[in-house]
Amino acid sequence: MAPDTTATRFAGVAAGTSAADAVAGRAKIFEMTQAAEDAVLRPKDAGAWPHTLRAALAARIAALNEEHDLAAHFAADAGADATLADPAQGGAVPVMAAVVAFMDRVAADTRHVTADDVKDLQAAGVADADIVRLAELNAFLAYQIRVIAGLRLMGGMPA
Amino acid sequence: MSDVIRKFTRNVPHWRPRVTPVDLATATPEQLDALKVTPSNTKVSEYVLTLAHDVESLAVRSPLFNAIMYDTGGLSRAERELGALGASMVNHCVYCAAVHAMRHAQIEKSTEVTNRLFRDGADAELEPRDRAIFDFAVALSECPSQAGPDHVAALQEAGLDAAEVLDLILSAALFGWANRLMHVLGDPVRQETAMG
Repeated sequence: MAPDTTATRFAGVAAGTSAADAVAGRAKIFEMTQAAEDAVLRPKDAGAWPHTLRAALAARIAALNEEHDLAAHFAADAGADATLADPAQGGAVPVMAAVVAFMDRVAADTRHVTADDVKDLQAAGVADADIVRLAELNAFLAYQIRVIAGLRLMGGMPA
Repeated sequence: MSDVIRKFTRNVPHWRPRVTPVDLATATPEQLDALKVTPSNTKVSEYVLTLAHDVESLAVRSPLFNAIMYDTGGLSRAERELGALGASMVNHCVYCAAVHAMRHAQIEKSTEVTNRLFRDGADAELEPRDRAIFDFAVALSECPSQAGPDHVAALQEAGLDAAEVLDLILSAALFGWANRLMHVLGDPVRQETAMG
C-alpha cells in the first residue's frame, strides 16, 4: 500500500492507480520524505526560526509554486507569522525583510542566487547556522512540491 | 570573484562555502553522529560540515538521497543522473551539474550526451528516450513546474513505465533540493585555487 504522506495526499494519489503502485514500490522513500518534512518544519533545535515562521515560509514557497492547497495546509500552522505566508507581503522588520527576500529568490529564481544574497542575510544579523536552516527549509520544499507536481501528472497514466 | 566557475563542466570543482562550516573540534555529539565521524574516519567535506549546522535535516537527507539515486529497480542509474542534470542546468548549479554529468559519462562509458548538453544547452540533439527524460526534468524544475500531460505522454511513448516515471520525478525533484544547498551556500571554484 502507498504510504499516507503530505506528498501523496496533495498529489491526490488514488488507490489502485499505477501512480499508487509506483509509490508503494518506493514506500521507504516516501516515509523518509515525510521525516524530512518534520526535520525542517518541526526540528527539535529550531535555531532562530520557530515552527510558526517555518510554516509561514513553507506556505509562501508553496504559493510561489502555485500549489495553493499545500500553501493553505502549511499556513494553518503559521499563527502569529501568518502574514508572511502571502508572497505579496514583505517582512515588517529589517531582518524579516532580508529573510523573505532570500527565501523568495532561492525558491523562484535559484539560478540567479549569488554570494551577495548570503551576505545580505549576514548583514541583517542572521547567524550562519540559521542561514543553513533557511536553505534547508527552502530546498526541502522545492523537492516536496516537485514530487507532488510530478505525482499529480502520473494520475493521468493508465493503471 | 575570478576563481568562481560559471560555465558547465564535467571537471568537478572544489566547493567553497559562503558561510563558516561547523568546526569538528567543537561539534556536538548529534553533529558527530550525523557526520559519521569515527576515530578512523575524520575526513568530512566542507559541504557536509556546512550542512551540519542543521543536523536534523542532514541526518534524514543522506539516506533519502542514496535511496532515490541508487535503490535497485525502476529507472536506470544513468537516466536518474540525466534527471539530476536537467534540474541542475535549470538552476545553474555548476557543481551538481559537474558531478552528475561526470557520473552519467562514467556509467554510460560515453561523454557524448553530456558534451552535447553542455555545448548546445537544453535544446541539444538527444536520442528520443533521453530527450523525453531531459525535457521532463527541465520542465519540472522550473518555478512553478512547467511539466504537463504532454511531457508524461512523451515519457510513455519513449517506453517508460510508471515506476520509471516516478524515479525520474524523484531524481529531478531531489536536485531541486540539492541545487538550493550547493548553489546557494557556496561557490564552485577551481581545484588549484582550493589547494593553493
